[in-house]
Amino acid sequence: MLRIISIGIVPFMVSIILIHGYIKGVDIYNAFIEGAAEGLKTVIKIMPYLIAIFIAIGIFRGSSALDMFTDLLSPVTELLGIPKEILPLILIRPISGSGALGIVKDIIAHHGPDSFLGVVASVMMGSSETIFYTIALYFGSVGIEDYRHTLKAALLSYIISIFITIFICATFFNSQFTVHDAQFWGSFFKVISGRP
Amino acid sequence: MIKTIWFLMIFVGIIYAAFTGNLGEINNIILREAGEGVTFAISLIGIMSFWLGLMNIAEKSGLIKSISKGFRPIIRILFPEVPKNHPAEKWILLNFIANMFGVGNGATAFGLKAMKELDSLNNNKKRATNAMAMFLIINMSSLQLVPLTVVKLRYDYGSADPTGIIGITILATTMSTIVAIIVGKIFEGVNRC
Repeated sequence: MLRIISIGIVPFMVSIILIHGYIKGVDIYNAFIEGAAEGLKTVIKIMPYLIAIFIAIGIFRGSSALDMFTDLLSPVTELLGIPKEILPLILIRPISGSGALGIVKDIIAHHGPDSFLGVVASVMMGSSETIFYTIALYFGSVGIEDYRHTLKAALLSYIISIFITIFICATFFNSQFTVHDAQFWGSFFKVISGRP
Repeated sequence: MIKTIWFLMIFVGIIYAAFTGNLGEINNIILREAGEGVTFAISLIGIMSFWLGLMNIAEKSGLIKSISKGFRPIIRILFPEVPKNHPAEKWILLNFIANMFGVGNGATAFGLKAMKELDSLNNNKKRATNAMAMFLIINMSSLQLVPLTVVKLRYDYGSADPTGIIGITILATTMSTIVAIIVGKIFEGVNRC
């Protein structure tokens, strides 16, 4: 059902908009052309920001500096009960969408798509966004330099969401997926009790 | 702020590469990623033009106006500084809807329009307003209901239930958006402009 909705949504929206426009007597063809002309202008405006952020992300990832941060942080997150396999995903998700997808792929390939880790990685990927890219692109497009609380608030909500996601996965994991992994139930209890 | 983050990502990356003997790789990355930025931008032109063209029809036919009426109370609570009937309202709404249904490029096109309209309400052009901050905070909390790429990946790796994560993901996404709105509102209260 959800699959049909996700496949059908674009054709459905297109049809509704065209039919509604046609009935209301809008010159739909010229209206489309007029609107579409803005696409090029918008993209040319954001291109320098895309190049800037792509290069920074590329260098940071490609130099394995990210792996160093993962190693540095892993004792801390282990204390909090976050599985260490998930840590690279947590770190890269706000920076790079394709990088994060690569990590999810690794986790799924190693631990299986229906293992606890596989489910956590899948859900985390689906319920978060690339923060740095979004912020650089959108603020860049209107020339804002002082972001005020935007980044802080986004990162704080991201961190809270990680715990909520692990909590939700642990709650629903057993009722939905047959593969059981006692070790990660253990880490889940560490999360809610706050004890190592 | 982006200045520092941008600098640190590049600087730390280069220093780390120098110490690990990967400096040659940096040259390749710069060449590749600069090209990648251009390729990605160009690949966006077609689909963004399509959505902007289509929405121009929906705007002229009055469809957007009637849809945004229903959502106006939510927009009022989230973005109190946006005046009634301001064009920012409809672009914000379109961006949220496109995000929810995973029409990523459409969402970007509408989101950039929304930022432009929100900027027209901004007195200090270099400084973000509460509405801009809230708009991006909500965007960055992820609104997408069905993570198709993840479902596909799970299917490819032989999951017994590839779509089994959809329900949990919708719950997680809803929670993360609620958290983002609360955190955003708290920060608004703390740092008034």
